[in-house]
Amino acid sequence: MEEKDNKKDSLYLKLMPYIERYGILLLLVLMILVMHILQPDVFLSWRNVTNVFKQISWQSMLALGVFMVIVTAGIDLSVGSIMMLSLMVLAIVAKAGAPWFIVVITPLIAGFLCGLFNGAGITLLRMPHPFIMTLGTLYIFRGTGNLISGGTPISGFTDEVRYLGHGRIDLQWLGLEKSQYLPVSLVLIAIVYIIFWFFLNHSRTGKWIYAIGGNPSAARASGINVNKILIIVYSLCGFLSGIGALILAGRTDSGYPNAGLQSELDAIAACIIGGASFFGGRGTVLGVFAGVMIMGILRNGLNLMDVSSFWQQVLIGSIIVIAVYIDVLRRDLGTRK
Amino acid sequence: MSTSNELLLEAKGITKYFGTITALENVNLKVHAGECLGVVGDNGAGKSTLMKVLSGLYKPSSGSLYFQGKEEILESPKDSQNLGLEMVYQDLALAGNLPIGENIFLGREPTKNIGFLKFLDFNKIKELTNAHLGKLKINVKSADQKVEELSGGQRQAVAIARSTAFNAKVVIMDEPTAALAIKEVGKVLDLINSLKKTGVGVIVISHRMDDIFSVCDRVMALFQGTNFAESELSSTSRDEVIGWIMGKK
Repeated sequence: MEEKDNKKDSLYLKLMPYIERYGILLLLVLMILVMHILQPDVFLSWRNVTNVFKQISWQSMLALGVFMVIVTAGIDLSVGSIMMLSLMVLAIVAKAGAPWFIVVITPLIAGFLCGLFNGAGITLLRMPHPFIMTLGTLYIFRGTGNLISGGTPISGFTDEVRYLGHGRIDLQWLGLEKSQYLPVSLVLIAIVYIIFWFFLNHSRTGKWIYAIGGNPSAARASGINVNKILIIVYSLCGFLSGIGALILAGRTDSGYPNAGLQSELDAIAACIIGGASFFGGRGTVLGVFAGVMIMGILRNGLNLMDVSSFWQQVLIGSIIVIAVYIDVLRRDLGTRK
Repeated sequence: MSTSNELLLEAKGITKYFGTITALENVNLKVHAGECLGVVGDNGAGKSTLMKVLSGLYKPSSGSLYFQGKEEILESPKDSQNLGLEMVYQDLALAGNLPIGENIFLGREPTKNIGFLKFLDFNKIKELTNAHLGKLKINVKSADQKVEELSGGQRQAVAIARSTAFNAKVVIMDEPTAALAIKEVGKVLDLINSLKKTGVGVIVISHRMDDIFSVCDRVMALFQGTNFAESELSSTSRDEVIGWIMGKK
């Protein structure tokens, strides 16, 4: 009897990590199926699929950055503003006539420095919660972006600058048609996500990021320099927002004051839908990607079906609540009380 | 018997002031290899201050620490760890979201190089964890199990395993059975006994006479920041030790 129980128990223990890791992918596949049934001609067409990836390209960078911050049980409300400021810096440097390789690096540096500012503020000024520091910089960075640009759009970049956001990889050598190209931004998403997956799961720093989210005092007692790791995390989050700015510059060919407005909330939503816990220490890179995709597909599908954007808001909000409720149920089953 | 073993840690004349408050005054302490010293005392007697001095978290106002006969000045907990002196904290200091093995090696993970990049060596972590848990006779389903899935006693066992994974010579435990269910207390005490057999010196801070009398070889009582009494366990009794805690001889 007891042996039977043990067997059942160990099967459960073996399955649990897989459900935890890949459960969200099931939801994604389900959504794709439903959309395909509702829109059989359009939804899975080459044109529409690449379109979805182009639409989620810069959001996926913000979401990945915010995800790392959430793993440390923090929050970054300023990613949208970091992206806007980085975009404005890029636009100004581009308009000043700098060569393209300088223009391309500037948003990355600007984003990184903004993140460093957040991290330094949270740790050195001992802010009671990252919410406060990054709420402050949400205003500071967007205000700065408007100050340096005069609050007006700056348009017109060279093709090199626009390559990551707008470039196409031709696939005619595979026998495909000219319209069946691969967006460069899709390749970029894949590369960045794989690098950060390795970083978070296979490096000591990555492991420490999870440990800080799990129990900061345990991390400290283990000799981990918690403040240093937090500064690294917020800086990387800023850096990823800078990549987002570079992609957005390519997509829109313009730096504009409303860039990334409220996108920090989309980024947080994608992390939460993807299974990251606000209490820290929990969540996967794959989950964040699924979360970004779910939001992107939902918006795209509803647009295809001509559903009003008001309904989109209601649906996305509902998915956040349902996804977290599923997570609560799962944890009730998985953890001892 | 045990006193014939090597003297591992000795504190001489430790005094610690916090402003005008005297937390410790001229306190002495000795631990030998394979020996367990019980430290008892009422709240505010100076037990935790003394342990924090020993682990390098506080610098003593005066007095000196000797480790294996050599005087050492501890600037931080890292220094004491490097000497082989480890603390097991009351709140366990484990990250529940990480597996057992990664908790044991947290902050000191083995890595392997692939090109110029350093990656965590998960196979080695698992291998070392299984060997170490086996040595301490700690039973868990798998080294990959997350700590939050463990019972309180298993967590305490992991915390103790963590403290001894890097050839610790002295382990200091703060109330090791305080948070445990009664049936788990025995297992943790057995673990302390098997730790002693491997030649580790153990200091146990506890309020529970049962703990002191089942694992310790010697017991010392602090009272108002001073050495109040000390005895081999065999030549004292529970009632006497309880009297010491309350300041009666």
